[in-house]
Amino acid sequence: MTNPAGTHPAGANPSGIGASIRRREDQRFLTGRGTYTDDINRPHQVHAFILRSPYAHARIGGFDLTAARAAPGVVAIFTGADLVADKVGSLPCGWQIHSKDGSPMIEPPHPPLVTDRVRHVGDQVALVLAETKAQARDAAELIVVDYQELPAVTGTRDALAPGAPLVHDQAASNLCFDWHLGDPAAVDAAFARAHHVTRIDLINNRLIANAMEPRAAIGEYDRATDDYTLWTTSQNPHVIRLLMGGFVLGIPEHKLRVIAPDVGGGFGSKIFHYAEEALVTWAARKIHRPVKWTADRSESFMSDAHGRDHVTHAELALDANGKFLGLRVNTIANMGAYLSTFAPSVPTYLYATLLAGQYATPAIYAEVRAVFTHTVPVDAYRGAGRPEACYVIERLVENAARELGIDRAELRRRNFIPPSAMPYATPVALEYDCGLFHRDLDEALTLIDYAGFPARKADSARRGKLRGIGFANYIEACGIAPSNIAGALGARAGLYESAEVRFHPTGSVTVFTGSHSHGQGHETTFSQLVSDRFGIPIDKIEIVHGDTSKVPFGMGTYGSRSLAVGGSAIAKAMDKIVAKGRKIAAHMLEAAETDIEFNAGRFSVAGTDRALGIADIALSAYVPHNYPLDELEPGLDEQSFYDPKNFTFPNGCQICELEIDPDTGVTKILAFVAADDFGKVINPMIVEGQVHGGIAQGIGQALMENCVYDSQSGQLLTGSYMDYCMPRADDLPSFQVAYHEEAPCTHNPLGVKGCGEAGTIGGSAAVMNAVVDALADRGITHLDMPATPERVWRALRDAMPAQAAE
Amino acid sequence: MYDFDYLRPTTVADAVALLAQRSEAKFLAGGQTLLPTLKQRLAQPEAVIDLSRIAALQGIREDGDALVIGAMTLHADVAASALVLRVIPALAALAGEIGDRQVRNRGTLGGSISNNDPAADYPGAVLGLGATIETDRRSIAADDFFTGMFETALDPGEIVTSVRFPVPQRAAYRKFPNPASRYATAGVFVARTVDGVRVAVTGAGATVFRVPAIEDALAADFSPAALTGITVDDDGLNSDIHASAAYRAHLIMVLARRAVAAIS
Repeated sequence: MTNPAGTHPAGANPSGIGASIRRREDQRFLTGRGTYTDDINRPHQVHAFILRSPYAHARIGGFDLTAARAAPGVVAIFTGADLVADKVGSLPCGWQIHSKDGSPMIEPPHPPLVTDRVRHVGDQVALVLAETKAQARDAAELIVVDYQELPAVTGTRDALAPGAPLVHDQAASNLCFDWHLGDPAAVDAAFARAHHVTRIDLINNRLIANAMEPRAAIGEYDRATDDYTLWTTSQNPHVIRLLMGGFVLGIPEHKLRVIAPDVGGGFGSKIFHYAEEALVTWAARKIHRPVKWTADRSESFMSDAHGRDHVTHAELALDANGKFLGLRVNTIANMGAYLSTFAPSVPTYLYATLLAGQYATPAIYAEVRAVFTHTVPVDAYRGAGRPEACYVIERLVENAARELGIDRAELRRRNFIPPSAMPYATPVALEYDCGLFHRDLDEALTLIDYAGFPARKADSARRGKLRGIGFANYIEACGIAPSNIAGALGARAGLYESAEVRFHPTGSVTVFTGSHSHGQGHETTFSQLVSDRFGIPIDKIEIVHGDTSKVPFGMGTYGSRSLAVGGSAIAKAMDKIVAKGRKIAAHMLEAAETDIEFNAGRFSVAGTDRALGIADIALSAYVPHNYPLDELEPGLDEQSFYDPKNFTFPNGCQICELEIDPDTGVTKILAFVAADDFGKVINPMIVEGQVHGGIAQGIGQALMENCVYDSQSGQLLTGSYMDYCMPRADDLPSFQVAYHEEAPCTHNPLGVKGCGEAGTIGGSAAVMNAVVDALADRGITHLDMPATPERVWRALRDAMPAQAAE
Repeated sequence: MYDFDYLRPTTVADAVALLAQRSEAKFLAGGQTLLPTLKQRLAQPEAVIDLSRIAALQGIREDGDALVIGAMTLHADVAASALVLRVIPALAALAGEIGDRQVRNRGTLGGSISNNDPAADYPGAVLGLGATIETDRRSIAADDFFTGMFETALDPGEIVTSVRFPVPQRAAYRKFPNPASRYATAGVFVARTVDGVRVAVTGAGATVFRVPAIEDALAADFSPAALTGITVDDDGLNSDIHASAAYRAHLIMVLARRAVAAIS
């Protein structure tokens, strides 16, 4: 690491770019003084309880609400019919995919409350409003629903089987879309001349995000002004305002304020517009009282969007020297019962476009079929498509190396896209701007002491343990994205970011950003950008986010986009501040504007000692007594909307080393290293923390986490922490992470690429490659995630029946 | 959670009397099972009778060749007790590995064995050590106490007051935690006593059980090698999404060997 955590470059601004200052927001979080949605209570509010479907699939014959309505404290009970009567719309999908034949994806309605059919366990059936939460829940138990249970399908592959129960009548064979990307003829030709083909069948297991803070929402309606306010646990309040106001409730932007206060983690699951947000907002007007809903943990498991869930067959064609000739991928992706906000983009443009990885594979063809099942909707989860792509590529590469007897590092080196080929157009629609893949690999090899691995493996063997090492050389497309490209690919929104930088008269600064922090540390990182540029201390800088009435606009935080897009917007707004300040300084210093230099908060006349601090300039802008009023408006408050020219491409090499106990099948991770390229780094400590968290989630998917449905009943079997296994601190090693800044992003003003998802992108692939490496001596070439002790033990037993009896 | 009356007697007699007065009442020990059950609305008692203020249910003492532990003694207190560490260190170690720190500072010995969760650790020690369960009305041998999944020989309204653990020559407990819940997927308690070898398995079946084949083999030769070739029938063992019956049967033998290796 060039700049270890807790330090800053000597002589530099102690709170500027590159300084590992502590996160400012943690003081309030760690002392219990955060303001989360559930901490907010409105005068005269009622509490909502949502009655959810206990069945995966059932027809609703009718409701008997008589007893429930008479229950103590009940204010109102609503069902889907009430929404229909009020012309409440369907929860919209924000990304449209077209199938191979040009037809649009099947997009069934997603009602906030169902009317006649439930389609997954947890589907919203009725809204109960009462004076207390307990009363609402008590009353919900008195609702009689006439369910006629129907057969359900939950398995991704099973959804396409002939005769499978249909989730939506309009989606024949449960197919949502049948999409492809790449050149099939070129790929066929590559395979025809291949010296060797490596094939793999794999499952990318379904995950549940499990943010620490459960979702919550409060709706409020002001009869006097006809204004609505929604407080919600969202990663992007402006997008919620747009989707809910525009498509579900028909409320124009100027009458709808959405506030996402402190939010306790999202990992993607809080990007989406959820039924509960629309329900509390709609109901607040119906009953003229604020309506508050907070999920309990069991509800979170069955109503937060899930992640991943792919079934894939993939083939890699190589020539005699181990050069990759072609890649062919066929994936079935589970969408769940309805299309969540960005669901269709995840297994398509966030997945297949990344299938080149770090390699110069000349021909790639991917086919993706998305299917409906009777399960919770699936959408973006940390990494969103890119970990799935990395997993396919890196599992193939590692197996190919083993099959061909080529060292795994060497095979990668032979196929890396060299720096000289940058910018590099992949066969799957992306243009990488830069990347030093050899450098990342070399650094990771040093960190893990790759040369010493055989000796360590022998030592493990002496202790009866199976040691393995596995790599993941990942690349991700972040900073999503140029609006014109996203639009061409089916996005129904722009993907820029806004910022407003407001200099106050006495020299402090408020920054309004459309990004949203829910654990990433924006209040610190963004402040460092401002401190660095303006030379003012961090305690004079305030970062405001998460309120549509304060921030001009915003597309929110996901896809590691906050710094690359939101930070760049702040940089652009600061450019405008400096440009105006230069004019003011020129006037005050009686010099030509072209002679004014700006550096670290000081405007000076070139070649002289005459200078003014930016605080003096700000004061003059607000007290314009000596001011170029005929040329400039007073005030120092600038806005920017930044739309990037391209994605950013963070990349790196992760290596995992682990040991398996063949007696029990238990895998213990011994070392995990990551050598990353995030472009310029603003706060190394925060970056390191993001990488740690990402790797933890990658390891979680590889070894522990798994969302399981009963294939017969469609019940969610992993509906609590008793069965859904989250990684804990003692499951993880101490990570060794490093980064370099030698390949800054070429097209944004900060040179930054994003780091939020990186650990997750490669984490699960590195772990599974190491697991398979540990088992390879026993003839095992693949294991699906999670590599639980029993799965490993069974693989060993089936591979070597004589030894398993031990 | 539904509403209930909360009662906190200070004597065993009062607790028993209060329970008798109510049609639907529950004793509350550490609440590590009862409270989650109430929160999930899976139980609706009219009254909850908290046993935590009954002094007679507390404490750890040595009594001849036995260790007597009050039913309301916390797992954390057993784990940290100098007396338990000296006399039956395997019991202290077992208590120190139950759940997590929060569980160990609320959960109790009496609560655990009265609930008799098939995946609980304590039944392994109680049966493995051949302990005697003392109640407000009688003494029950461990071999007679654990009768089935969440079932014991306790009569309705009967309160465990203490458990009398005979001091073994050597004992060890090895468990394989469920990665998610950290309850025992399988746990094996091996005790070498003046009366012979006792081996109790928890987590793997409907309730804790002994394995005579392992006990006999170890009686003849107390070494891991003595267990070679012995297998446990997986018929009737628990099977869930984390571990099949066959895997549990395998784990029992691995854990038994490791427990024996630790003390032989």
